[in-house]
Amino acid sequence: MSAPSRRMVLGGGALTVFFALAVPAGAQEGHGATAGLPGDLKRQPRLDSWIRVGADGRITVFTGKAELGQGIKTALLQVAAHELDAPLAQVDLITADTGLTPNEGVTAGSHSMQDSGGAIRNAAANVRWLLIEAAARRWSLPPAGLTTGLGAVQAPDGRSLPYGALATALDLAIDARPDVPFRPPGRGPVGRDVPRIDIPAKLAGGAAYVQDFRPEGLVHARVIRGPSEGTALGEVDIAGARAMPGVIAVVRKGRFLAVVAEREWQAIQAQQRLQTAPSHSTAQRPNDIHAWLLAAPAQAQVILDLGEAAGGAPTASAAYTRPYLMHGSIGPSCAVAHLQDGELTVWTHTQGVFPLRRAIAQLVGLPQENVRCRHFEGAGCYGHNGADDAAGDAALIAMALPGRPVRMQWMREQEHGWEPLGSAMVTHLSASLTPEGRVGSWRHDVWSTPHNTRPQEAGRLIAGAEVDPPFAAPPPQPIPMPEGGGDRNAIPLYAFPAARVTNRFVPEMPLRVSALRSLGAHMNVFSIESFMDELALMARADPVTFRLTHLEDPRARDVVAAAARQFGWQAWRRMPGRGRGFGFARYKNLGAYCAVALEVEVEPVTGTLSVGRIVSAVDSGQAVSPDGIRSQIEGAIVQSLSWTMIEQVAWDSDQRTSFDWGAYPILRFPALPKSVEVEVIDRPTEPFLGTGEAGQGPTAAALANAVADATGKRLRDLPITAEKVKAAIG
Amino acid sequence: MTILRLNGSTRSVVSTPETPLLYVLRDELGLRGAKFGCGLGQCGACTVLLDDRPVFSCLTTLGSVGDRAVTTVEGLGTQTAPGPMQRAFEAEQAAQCGYCIAGMVMRAEGLLRKTPKPSEAEIRAALAPNLCRCGTHMRILRAVRHAAETTS
Repeated sequence: MSAPSRRMVLGGGALTVFFALAVPAGAQEGHGATAGLPGDLKRQPRLDSWIRVGADGRITVFTGKAELGQGIKTALLQVAAHELDAPLAQVDLITADTGLTPNEGVTAGSHSMQDSGGAIRNAAANVRWLLIEAAARRWSLPPAGLTTGLGAVQAPDGRSLPYGALATALDLAIDARPDVPFRPPGRGPVGRDVPRIDIPAKLAGGAAYVQDFRPEGLVHARVIRGPSEGTALGEVDIAGARAMPGVIAVVRKGRFLAVVAEREWQAIQAQQRLQTAPSHSTAQRPNDIHAWLLAAPAQAQVILDLGEAAGGAPTASAAYTRPYLMHGSIGPSCAVAHLQDGELTVWTHTQGVFPLRRAIAQLVGLPQENVRCRHFEGAGCYGHNGADDAAGDAALIAMALPGRPVRMQWMREQEHGWEPLGSAMVTHLSASLTPEGRVGSWRHDVWSTPHNTRPQEAGRLIAGAEVDPPFAAPPPQPIPMPEGGGDRNAIPLYAFPAARVTNRFVPEMPLRVSALRSLGAHMNVFSIESFMDELALMARADPVTFRLTHLEDPRARDVVAAAARQFGWQAWRRMPGRGRGFGFARYKNLGAYCAVALEVEVEPVTGTLSVGRIVSAVDSGQAVSPDGIRSQIEGAIVQSLSWTMIEQVAWDSDQRTSFDWGAYPILRFPALPKSVEVEVIDRPTEPFLGTGEAGQGPTAAALANAVADATGKRLRDLPITAEKVKAAIG
Repeated sequence: MTILRLNGSTRSVVSTPETPLLYVLRDELGLRGAKFGCGLGQCGACTVLLDDRPVFSCLTTLGSVGDRAVTTVEGLGTQTAPGPMQRAFEAEQAAQCGYCIAGMVMRAEGLLRKTPKPSEAEIRAALAPNLCRCGTHMRILRAVRHAAETTS
């Protein structure tokens, strides 16, 4: 085996590092050869921005991604420990912090395993090789003969050096190389069901959330604003609030208003007193949002053009709608902010500490380098919810109280009233069938308001629009393909001979919107997969067979077949009032493949749906944590059932009226499916694929298809409520 | 000053009697298990036991507690020495974000104290007041069954 060596002389300390890897030399040459680096190593190639090794043997791994309850901390630790060949317990992980970690943008789009996991894996492999070479120098042995295990380098003669003993001989202020070999799967934590490291504290009242964070000298704040976005308060009784017990300050900047008190309950009482002021609407909200979407000025973009089918008119066409949906975090958004010696620190459950730092610096008028945003877990967010706004609120209040850490939490009605929603949407689909019963042509048009108004500027924070003078919000932009926003997953994965898909981006936002888990994919996959069943029925084909007929990607075929087999699709017994449904998608046509099969029973008098067994198959590439993948898919399925069966945001001419869990119900235990099974198809030689959002669309479609199978009625307007089912079956 | 029987000991607290128990626990006593979710008794994130009965601590005033024993998730065990219900949730990995979990654990604890061997329907009915947004429900159900099977 040839082991081409390269000698890298680094500036400054003139430290010399020898690489001696059994890898091709070509890819290594040239300064900053980051081209072949995976994930976010491309942006941050230096090893010490990802991994440091201490003399005590502790290894610290840095990620710019945040734990959102998806289990990313444990999965990234598994990846790092595996490639470093060190025990999991020897590795610590620091997550998203503008003062410490690499900038990996936002934790969104099911990118964490692909981007951060890929980067950490490669960086860890680099560090392990550098440790081997450090030991080789120490022992004057060729590195090729050395091995690693349990956090130590081992020589063939039995000598061993723990990584800590090599730390001083290690220089990680160098760029990662793309060509360092990975350790084989199978021997190490990757692929094993490692218990989540964050769960024990969450079960025993540990300081697990920013809501629990209590630095010395903490004071409690609440903000006061109208009952929902698009409203404003009239005259408020500031003097009355200031005189209330425990109130330290009333902070007012333009229309931004907050109370600060020693005790949390005191702050809430003062907030409630101020909140009783009359409010008025500042926005126009159309009654029929779907009619409005079709008529509103839109930017049309053809995102797939495979031409028109020969021979004319479509065989079938259908229109589908989705209402506005809420993230609906169980814990209202919260942040702690502390101004000390001109430096502002904000502990926040944002998905993007770096973009948020920029927005907050602008909001409070500090240079970015004087603002530090540190991720601290909150309740699950499922996208861009109130987290960033709450951080902006806390920051603005903290600026008025130098030296005091300020904890600001929204009330439930503020979370429901002010969070950016998942957009209402409309799709129109049409297709022709060939005489052989195949799709001859396909057309898909999607209308939606934006799916990304994440703040990088103060104008996109609620407080930014309230201060005087207000900051302007930059106009929203569509998210380009291949990821897409409203058009996410609008391009079918099926092989159709002719197809045209058009995105109609409506920039105006009658209700406040931004990224909600899976963005447009929930609606587009619901539409495509519903329509596939409608076409299968016309072609007198079995829905699973009809899908397989049009699917060429072997991994797609595998998950469809696996879900059908596990569900017992062929042997499923038909009974009156019962139906089975299937749905499939590859998230963004880039991420995990997911198929869902389920059965539903329809109560004929009320139209109530009882979901029975649900089976899913998922291919996320190499499965780092199979149970983590199962957990994410189970969660996506249950959440999507809630969206699909009961959820819709309501409003009137004055305000958003979905102000609590009574006005915006979500699924409760008695309405759960009978069971949810998830089969993980592991692909140990394939890259990690994002999993977290893969289940939303397929579940929605599977439910609609099962209802159609049970009743013979096709319901195309979400949510599929008992009332709509009842109306359809008469 | 109010005397509170809490997690096996007695504490005196200075919060006013109309203060919801949730803020007495979190803010005055520094306990973090019970969570603020809605303040309306709609989500159950704040669930604690009064004697053996689960209640919404966001709606229970300090003055109404009287001599009933308050149990929070901290009273069931610690991170290093978890109690049976906490162990069952850990064994089933029954948390995603976990913000609802302390409330779920207390709701389930209340169920098993009253009904040690509940049916599936009884578990689902008992957990109905508590919301989870991550969709961890199926694992939570498994954890409660697990706890019912391993405790006698």
